[in-house]
Amino acid sequence: MTDSLLIPIIMTIVGAATPILLAALGELVVEKSGVLNLGLEGMMLIGAVTGFAVTATTGYAPLGVVAAMIAAAASAGLFGFLTLTLTANQVATGLALTIFGIGLSALAGENYVGQTVDVFGSVFPAALAEHPVLRVIFGYSPLVYVSLLLVAAVSWFLRKSRAGLILRAVGESDLSAHSIGYSVIGVRYMAVLFGGAMAGIAGCFYSLVLTPMWAEQLTAGRGWIALALVVFAGWRPMRLLLGAYLFGAVMTLELHAKAAGFSLVAPEFLAAMPYLATIAVLAIISARKAGKSLAPACLGKPFKPSS
Amino acid sequence: MKTLTRRTILKTTAAAGALPIIGSSALAADPLKVAFVYLGPIGDHGWTYAHEQGRQDIIKKFGDKVATTIVENVAEGPDSERVIRRLAEDGNQLIFTTSFGYMNPTLKVAKRFKDVKFEHATGYQRAGNMASYNARFYEGRAVCGTIAGHMSKTATAGYIASFPIPEVVMGINAFTLAARKVNPDFKTKVLWVSSWYDPAKEADAAKALIDQGSDVIAQHTDSPAALQTCEQRGLMAFGQAWDMSNFAPKAHLTAIVNRWGRYYEARIQQALDGKWESTDTWWGFKEGVLEMSPYNESIPADVQAAAEATRTGIIDGSVNPFTGPIKDNAGKERLASGVLGDGDLHKMDWYVEGVQS
Repeated sequence: MTDSLLIPIIMTIVGAATPILLAALGELVVEKSGVLNLGLEGMMLIGAVTGFAVTATTGYAPLGVVAAMIAAAASAGLFGFLTLTLTANQVATGLALTIFGIGLSALAGENYVGQTVDVFGSVFPAALAEHPVLRVIFGYSPLVYVSLLLVAAVSWFLRKSRAGLILRAVGESDLSAHSIGYSVIGVRYMAVLFGGAMAGIAGCFYSLVLTPMWAEQLTAGRGWIALALVVFAGWRPMRLLLGAYLFGAVMTLELHAKAAGFSLVAPEFLAAMPYLATIAVLAIISARKAGKSLAPACLGKPFKPSS
Repeated sequence: MKTLTRRTILKTTAAAGALPIIGSSALAADPLKVAFVYLGPIGDHGWTYAHEQGRQDIIKKFGDKVATTIVENVAEGPDSERVIRRLAEDGNQLIFTTSFGYMNPTLKVAKRFKDVKFEHATGYQRAGNMASYNARFYEGRAVCGTIAGHMSKTATAGYIASFPIPEVVMGINAFTLAARKVNPDFKTKVLWVSSWYDPAKEADAAKALIDQGSDVIAQHTDSPAALQTCEQRGLMAFGQAWDMSNFAPKAHLTAIVNRWGRYYEARIQQALDGKWESTDTWWGFKEGVLEMSPYNESIPADVQAAAEATRTGIIDGSVNPFTGPIKDNAGKERLASGVLGDGDLHKMDWYVEGVQS
């Protein structure tokens, strides 16, 4: 493989991995707090359409990203209200959020179909960002570097910080956390809102960076892949990073292999993977009583403080 | 032909959740009631959008002689039968079902409602009161291939394909045959993405094809993502189903545009005149259901002339995209002379020489 092929392949892999990594990282924190939000895909779409609409209107991509975070977090807040305050079933509510997100983003984006914005490109000087070799380091959207920093930050937060410890406690044993005076619902709200904001960035990575446009269901099922990745990573941020890049590499190399005339993985398997993985998540959750599992012990269980 | 398996899970749930919106326009003196069943939302700017433009054409032409109804976002399969039956019960006299997967449901409803006329797009089943219609998209592919043959410096096109059904295969073959007529060394690299619509994957597929030496991209998928990739890399591409030039003003060479209105106008006129019959229609450039969007000004005049010559030749019958001798990509002769018939095209499951898949 020549250098001229290697560098574009690496850059494509990073592009494919980053939005999945962003969305999965948010979901990881949500699940660590004991909440299962299957609405990733819907929140990503809400983020994608908001980011695109604001960028198309103002011409300023960072503002679009912030708006995407706010809008997706707001939809996550709605999920939080239903599942945390009203203790609705998390699986059903999450699926509803996906369907809601698909519909709402289609409605909101109707007037933006067919428009285009400039790619939210590199912030580095062109000498670096467009250098034939150095672009492999400097040639990405700022969101790529943000995603890597966030992995480190989340990893540190969960392992080293006091707040992270509380969040894990809430996810592992909600009653104990409650009995020593922590607000289980409050912590979970924060986690869910964070997950929403991350899904928002992931969504606008599609509508502003990879394919700078808006069209219905732009994310085409990537939310489900992100959801699966959290399980495959065993709820660990660094493994998530590895998993996302591995996944990006499989997707990209598969395309290159097919373009060169052979196949690595059956396409049907790749197409079925998100759904298989969703089943795996649910199976792991329901099997957790049988033995030791990496999943947070309270994942998916509504919390009702005994009165 | 659209889709056997298009994100069905989400579509089904979405369609079941949000009950399809049924809206009908005002009644005039005994207008002909015409209904359309759409796969996607009319705002998809692709397949469904093109059909909606056709409906707008008939409203313009017939005014209050017709009253039209549309149902959007109808999932293929059993769910669509309910929608089609409801439209028939509501007194619609002519019902167009615009996706491949509506074929059997349409047939079932047609058997029960003998005095309602049905028209199914892209399928092969018919009945006394159920016609079928499709467009010869491959004719447009031949025009694209002619341009690609002249414009490609690497003599290699990348072709992003959805599913290996005859419709897609004949497009790949027509494109490649036309390009090889210009440049006998021309190659088409086909990349199957197993989706009609997945923008990020289409963009990545375009990148893979470009990195492996293609400098012009054609696609049988619905999003403009590959065009955007080509625009960023300073290469060339063809739009799909409608004019996508605003996504890629430099890269967009031309696009095949589906003008279903020509067919709808003709059929409604026949229904109004009492001359409607169940037919199998496969129209192309000649009948006006296909058009090419304006050629990019970056295409030299002689290449534009060659593309036009292909188009006008197809119209007057002097050019047929599938003229022998044709060899397949294993070197076997498939057609010594003459042209391939419609029956052969409908069954096409082999690639012509020059296709790499």
